[in-house]
Amino acid sequence: MKKGRVWKYGDNVNTDVIFPGKYTYSILEPEEMARHALEDLDPGFAKKVKPGDVIVAGRNFGCGSSREQAATCLKYAGVQAVVAKSFARIFFRNAINQGLPVLQSEEAVDGIEDGGEIEIDFDRGSIKTARGDFSFPAFPESVMGILEAGGLIPYTKKKLERK
Amino acid sequence: MGKTFSEKILGLKAQKDVQAGEVVTVSPDYILSHDNSAAIIKEFRKLGVKDVMSPQKLVIILDHIVPAASEKYALNHKTIREFVSGQKIQNFFDIPSGICHQVFSENGFALPGKLILGADSHTTSYGAFGAFAAGIGRSEVATLWATDEIWLRVPETIKIEIKGELPSGVYAKDVILKIIGEEGADRANYKAVEFTGEAVKKFSLASRLVLANMAAEMGAKNGYFEPDEETLLWLKGRAKDKFKVISSDPDARYEAVLDYNISSLEPQVACPHTVDNVKPVSKAEGKEFHQAVIGTCTNGRFEDLEIAARILKGKKVHPKVRVLIIPASRQEYLLALKKGILEILVEAGCVILNPGCGPCLGAHQGILAPGEVALSTANRNFRGRMGSREAQIYLASPATVAASSLEGKITDPRKFL
Repeated sequence: MKKGRVWKYGDNVNTDVIFPGKYTYSILEPEEMARHALEDLDPGFAKKVKPGDVIVAGRNFGCGSSREQAATCLKYAGVQAVVAKSFARIFFRNAINQGLPVLQSEEAVDGIEDGGEIEIDFDRGSIKTARGDFSFPAFPESVMGILEAGGLIPYTKKKLERK
Repeated sequence: MGKTFSEKILGLKAQKDVQAGEVVTVSPDYILSHDNSAAIIKEFRKLGVKDVMSPQKLVIILDHIVPAASEKYALNHKTIREFVSGQKIQNFFDIPSGICHQVFSENGFALPGKLILGADSHTTSYGAFGAFAAGIGRSEVATLWATDEIWLRVPETIKIEIKGELPSGVYAKDVILKIIGEEGADRANYKAVEFTGEAVKKFSLASRLVLANMAAEMGAKNGYFEPDEETLLWLKGRAKDKFKVISSDPDARYEAVLDYNISSLEPQVACPHTVDNVKPVSKAEGKEFHQAVIGTCTNGRFEDLEIAARILKGKKVHPKVRVLIIPASRQEYLLALKKGILEILVEAGCVILNPGCGPCLGAHQGILAPGEVALSTANRNFRGRMGSREAQIYLASPATVAASSLEGKITDPRKFL
């Protein structure tokens, strides 16, 4: 359970503005990816974001390209979680597979202000804000397993080792 | 109660009776990746597995930045070539081939009733042939290479019935832009989209590919057309494997049925910076632009180049506009070459680039400077996608892009036909 600053954005934040296409095949290191996070949406973000911060957004977060770096760059920028009204399918999978929690809650998004502070309790499924608490549905066991392992690759590695 | 195509194929693959909403563990028939194979190889190595479990399922096509535009890209390509040879991957297509979705299709991997997963969001394209095809991420592809297994949620299905007949000067691209504009960028998120109706039955396979490709822009997991005689004829001699057509039952349950009549449709334009910001060409006319692009996995096939040539024949493109032509594949390039299409385009002042993704994803071959405007036949106009975040991208059909290139501003193509 960590407190973080809120970075709030609108609907349809696509993966091109989260991680521009021009870097997709030239940057392979996650730390370097993080330096370009949200570059075409909010050019100041990557410099100002602090570990534990939370992105809050509207509908269809992560639409567009399947590039997984969109999730990787946010995770390595220190983003604790993304809370949105809804997520695009491939981004949703990619985020979990990178060990980045994605929480869907329309009420929470409406209730959270940009720049405010929030606290997320993953065990209880709750988001604490200045305007009150919001709940989100708990992750299924399989998803929790991937998140806890730190992503699909370490999760699969462990599974293969057990075999 | 009957079943949809998606319920049937995922049920078949999971070897049980399934309904929309269920999660199944399945093994795909083919796994596509492109230049991102270099990053996937890196993830695959972390798994501690030496060999790909089913190398015959892998299809790797270099298309995003071909030929390599920098040392880093060159190193990626080198890594991929070495992996392909070390793992004995037969289905490898190096840089002369073209855009992965076109190459995958014309080489007979996109088959009815097959489950295809690809590390590219426009993998939805193969629904044009009656396959279940969806985009996934890099970690998932690396895991598939090692384990041959993935979980998928069985999607609900939206049926889109397209009636009427395409008016002159209006094309499949206008139809899908109209639908995306009406329904929004997330209408089909997590869902399957079936395209049906008397109008699409008359669509060429190239035109069906435009719709299935852009189903991704409505958020769809997969698109689907029921294979017909034309599909089967096209697959003759091309199909890489035996296949069985799978169709939705007449009494299948749909999340929604949407009706469209295209008989009085106008050419459409998607305006910056989202694909669902769609207007009829009459509302976007007069917008000046600097670069035109005719190509990409959406509209770079022979029929697209031919339409452009019909409009540009014997004329010159506007002196302030740079017109880039990128055939979708070597086969389409060769056909356009033999039929004299490329000669017409070169004489009109166009630049012909090699088959590949070109500037669509902003990595090379025509990057936009701040303040520049592009008019493209691609599928995405997101901010910064083709270069500067201060640039603008408009999307339209090859006919609209060609006609507009003559005038130097967005123009209704119907006056040139």
